[in-house]
Amino acid sequence: MNGRVVRIGGGSGMWGDDLDAPRRLVDGGPVDYVMLDFLAEVTMSVLQRQRTRDPSRGYATDVVGMIESVLPALSWGTVKVLTNAGGVNPAACAAAIAEMAARAGKRQELRIGLVTGDDLLPGLDALLAAGHEFRHMESGEPLAMVRDRVVAANAYLGSAPLADALALGANVVVSGRCHDAALAVAPLRHEFGWAPTDYDLLAAGTVAGHVIECGAQSSGGNCLADWRTMPDLADVGYPIVEVSADGRFVVTKHPGTGGRVSAATVTEQLVYEIGDPRAYVTADCVTDFTSIKLIDERDDRVYISGVRGGAPTGKLKVSIAYHDGYKAVGTLVYGWPDAVEKARAAERIVRARLDRLGLAFERVHVELVGAGATHGPLAGPDAGRDAPEVQFRFGVRDRDRANVERFTREIAPLVLNGPPTVTGYFGARAKVEEILGYWPALVDAAAVTPRVELAP
Amino acid sequence: MNIPLADIAHARSGDKGDSANVGVIALRPEWYAVLEKYLTVDVVSAHFAPLISGPVERYDLPNLGALNFVLHGALDGGGTRSLRIDAQGKTLSTAMLRIVLDVPASDPRVASVRQALR
Repeated sequence: MNGRVVRIGGGSGMWGDDLDAPRRLVDGGPVDYVMLDFLAEVTMSVLQRQRTRDPSRGYATDVVGMIESVLPALSWGTVKVLTNAGGVNPAACAAAIAEMAARAGKRQELRIGLVTGDDLLPGLDALLAAGHEFRHMESGEPLAMVRDRVVAANAYLGSAPLADALALGANVVVSGRCHDAALAVAPLRHEFGWAPTDYDLLAAGTVAGHVIECGAQSSGGNCLADWRTMPDLADVGYPIVEVSADGRFVVTKHPGTGGRVSAATVTEQLVYEIGDPRAYVTADCVTDFTSIKLIDERDDRVYISGVRGGAPTGKLKVSIAYHDGYKAVGTLVYGWPDAVEKARAAERIVRARLDRLGLAFERVHVELVGAGATHGPLAGPDAGRDAPEVQFRFGVRDRDRANVERFTREIAPLVLNGPPTVTGYFGARAKVEEILGYWPALVDAAAVTPRVELAP
Repeated sequence: MNIPLADIAHARSGDKGDSANVGVIALRPEWYAVLEKYLTVDVVSAHFAPLISGPVERYDLPNLGALNFVLHGALDGGGTRSLRIDAQGKTLSTAMLRIVLDVPASDPRVASVRQALR
């Protein structure tokens, strides 16, 4: 590739990812931007729960330390950071970053761009009254069915407001819910001046963002193809895309780091969490993953070109969380011999007890870790035969909290009252967990107004 | 002849609500033709029948030597509701690779597989 490239590193793939990864990306070689993704469907629910308990929370707190670790490069102006760590409270996230910088005597060096407007909850009833139904994308049911239980509704913003924040001079951009890949598309729009109708380019940027949004999952982590031979995952190199103005890009990582960038590692990430590959829909464009041309150039360089895209649909995806009852899972460990039979005997005892107590649940699920918990019947009839131990997991789900609460008292007694050689019961008193159900929907893009400002 | 899918493909899976997707990728470019012909929606639906409650969709990515399967109703209600330890379907990739393809030995598509697996 000739000409200027913009280098974007993927420094966080989930909430809980390596706190030191952004610093290693910045210190290990040239990168112009680091994107930090924290938000999964499940994460938004967790953050919402936190904000309900404490209005000053609801963002991915890890981001503060991560940005602190790259303060020198931010101060020198050699790198900029974009993140969706704002979760359901981006203003509080930006404030926490500002406070950290002030403590470090670097507040003047940070220009924190704050992108909001994804939060539709304050105006939700007005939108419903105006005829937006927010039908569930799988079931087709209208949101009215659960409206009284909704606790969060966030639209997936595109890259435009993030790029606007960069144009305002931000060197740290904090947003709430946006498409993960938008964190990579935005700096490319900003640097190369891509227009909102440059669909092929926006699609190429989307693919680049998709490749690095899960951190090291594209550079050797979680790689099924050749995990046995994967070098030094203890020092795995996080992925970097080197993108040129025409949308072609190379996926790579810093020299001397662990992991690998190959056709296998990148392709596994390309097919991760996609639906129809011809229509990967974001707020920016509709990306055709079947247009991707991928060449493994060896030496940790994978070259991607040919990406095609089309106009966006005019709808934005909305992720809605609503109260959906309670669940609890109790666990115990049964030892050899006959661990599976002992665990099944324990299951029968718990079921009989629940019957006698007159407790019925919307759902009961029992699985044995070590004997087919992940693959179920596909693991075959011999799963767990002669296992040295299995973990017994008895789970219930119900609308009625008291029902679930009562269930949690039924596991610990098995230690003394049930089958023998049982252990692992610290915490056998299962905890009741409130379920925030996930309600994916669409809304007219025109009904959502992103806001961009520099944080005070 | 029987070809274990795990011998000719790798895979990755993840969640979208109560659906899971499993991307199946040929270990060699020439083996994509075997996947394309024999790893049908019917084969995958039958395999996963005990584990999922909804239909299966298949999408082809010949450019990446890959097929993408979307398994509806695969996650016991989805990430937050599920009582399963694998609430997000992260191990459905290898559940897919348990499939053994039944392929006529005469099919020229499988010649290189036969050679490699010998």
